[in-house]
Amino acid sequence: MIELAINKKLKSSSGDMLLDVKFNIPTGKLIALYGKSGAGKTSLLKIIAGLLSPEKGIIKVDDKVWLDTDKRLNLSPQKRNIGFLFQEYTLFPNMTVRENLEFALTKGQNKKIVDELLEIVDLGDLQFRKSNSLSGGQKQRAALARSLVQKPKILMLDEPLSALDYEMRTKLQQYILQLHKEFKLTTILISHDISEIIKMSDYLMEIDHGKIVNEGLATDVFSHNKINAKFQFTGEIIKIEKQDFIYIISVLIGKDFVKVIADDDEARDLMVGDKVFIASKAFNPIIKKI
Amino acid sequence: MIDWNTLILTFRLAFITTILLLLISVPLSYWLAYTKSRTKPVIETLVSMPLVLPPTVLGFYMLIAFSPSNSFGNWLDEWLGLQLVFSFEGLVLASIIYSLPFMVHPIQSGFSNLSPSLKEASYVLGKSKTTTLFRVLLPNIKTSLLTGIVLAFAHTIGEFGVVLMIGGNISGKTKVASIAIYDEVESLNYHLANKYSLILFSITFVILLMVYLINGGYLKKYLK
Repeated sequence: MIELAINKKLKSSSGDMLLDVKFNIPTGKLIALYGKSGAGKTSLLKIIAGLLSPEKGIIKVDDKVWLDTDKRLNLSPQKRNIGFLFQEYTLFPNMTVRENLEFALTKGQNKKIVDELLEIVDLGDLQFRKSNSLSGGQKQRAALARSLVQKPKILMLDEPLSALDYEMRTKLQQYILQLHKEFKLTTILISHDISEIIKMSDYLMEIDHGKIVNEGLATDVFSHNKINAKFQFTGEIIKIEKQDFIYIISVLIGKDFVKVIADDDEARDLMVGDKVFIASKAFNPIIKKI
Repeated sequence: MIDWNTLILTFRLAFITTILLLLISVPLSYWLAYTKSRTKPVIETLVSMPLVLPPTVLGFYMLIAFSPSNSFGNWLDEWLGLQLVFSFEGLVLASIIYSLPFMVHPIQSGFSNLSPSLKEASYVLGKSKTTTLFRVLLPNIKTSLLTGIVLAFAHTIGEFGVVLMIGGNISGKTKVASIAIYDEVESLNYHLANKYSLILFSITFVILLMVYLINGGYLKKYLK
């Protein structure tokens, strides 16, 4: 269980902002943090990791106090034992994949875990390569494996998949889910990708301007609890075309294009780049194996 | 005749200066690259001063400060047995100060150009600041370290003003190659001055060429 209540002033591009967050996360869950860039998500993860200090706050993990500003207690990141996967590639370029994992071992720790992890993320063949000869997906897989060498209880993922293409993303989502279950981790995932959140998370918190503005099951939050749809997808608007009296809106769902017809009223607040939600209630879709 | 002692002295000075500078510059550059302290601009300015200050100014103040007739110079002499004026030790100290920016700047920019996430990734893996410095940061700024070492070395070989002010022109003790050249020209020994100059020119050319070859990755390509 992670219990957290923190306050920190942040400088963002739009001026000062107060990060003011309070939540409890039960052990073993995968929580998604969603929100615009600059909303304070990364800062929140860094505060949990001890890489950033809040002005005021308490962080307790399994009844062990990590931070209590009133008692001037603040464990260093080295002592918190968490796994952290960054948005940037952080494999150490001077070491091979294997050396990266071995670097993470604690003194006297059995090296078996390195082989186990390399096997889980399918990097056995590439273990003696240096990081600059790896693809983005391979780098993040290696970094994911490295973050779990010390068998942490908590894993934090700061948009680690945002730079990867769709297929690599899907593959890495699988690895993360598998490791999340196998290592019985409590995981916090920052993501902008709605389908990723719906697929992976047990619970969603939406952060805006440093505050939690919305929380619940991902499907509920994204559908705003309004529609009880039988059939629903989320996607992004790629193109809006006007044809006579109607609009044809092209939406990208995953890697598929869908064209949807909208009338004046519906099209009015839509813009290219908007995240939208497509649902249908009263028809029977065809299902076919591919 | 070329006085080989002069050349040996020159390279000994450059060598010792470079090693001491490396020991000083790594922590100093690390601090400059990562500190949020308000004193940073002041320290940065002080480090960079030798770039713009005439070497004679630096040499003059050191001469005054270290003179045994002065209380500070006197204290150094009595308590540490150090006589920094007209001595090799004095030359080393002056060279360290004079070449400081040439070592600190490349290393500092090396640290600054590394992604902060590398350092943070090492911290969350439970590694201390020292371990992170030696096993993650320094190995990844090798080219900056090499640049700093070579620039400081070459610059120390080439210094003139500071050395002349604080070291004087004592053969075998403080007379380095650049001063020998000046000396020979003064006494119209152009032939000898030319020999010294040619040696300095060739050696510094080779040293700098090596750096560009290594840092540009050409050497690796040829060796393959």
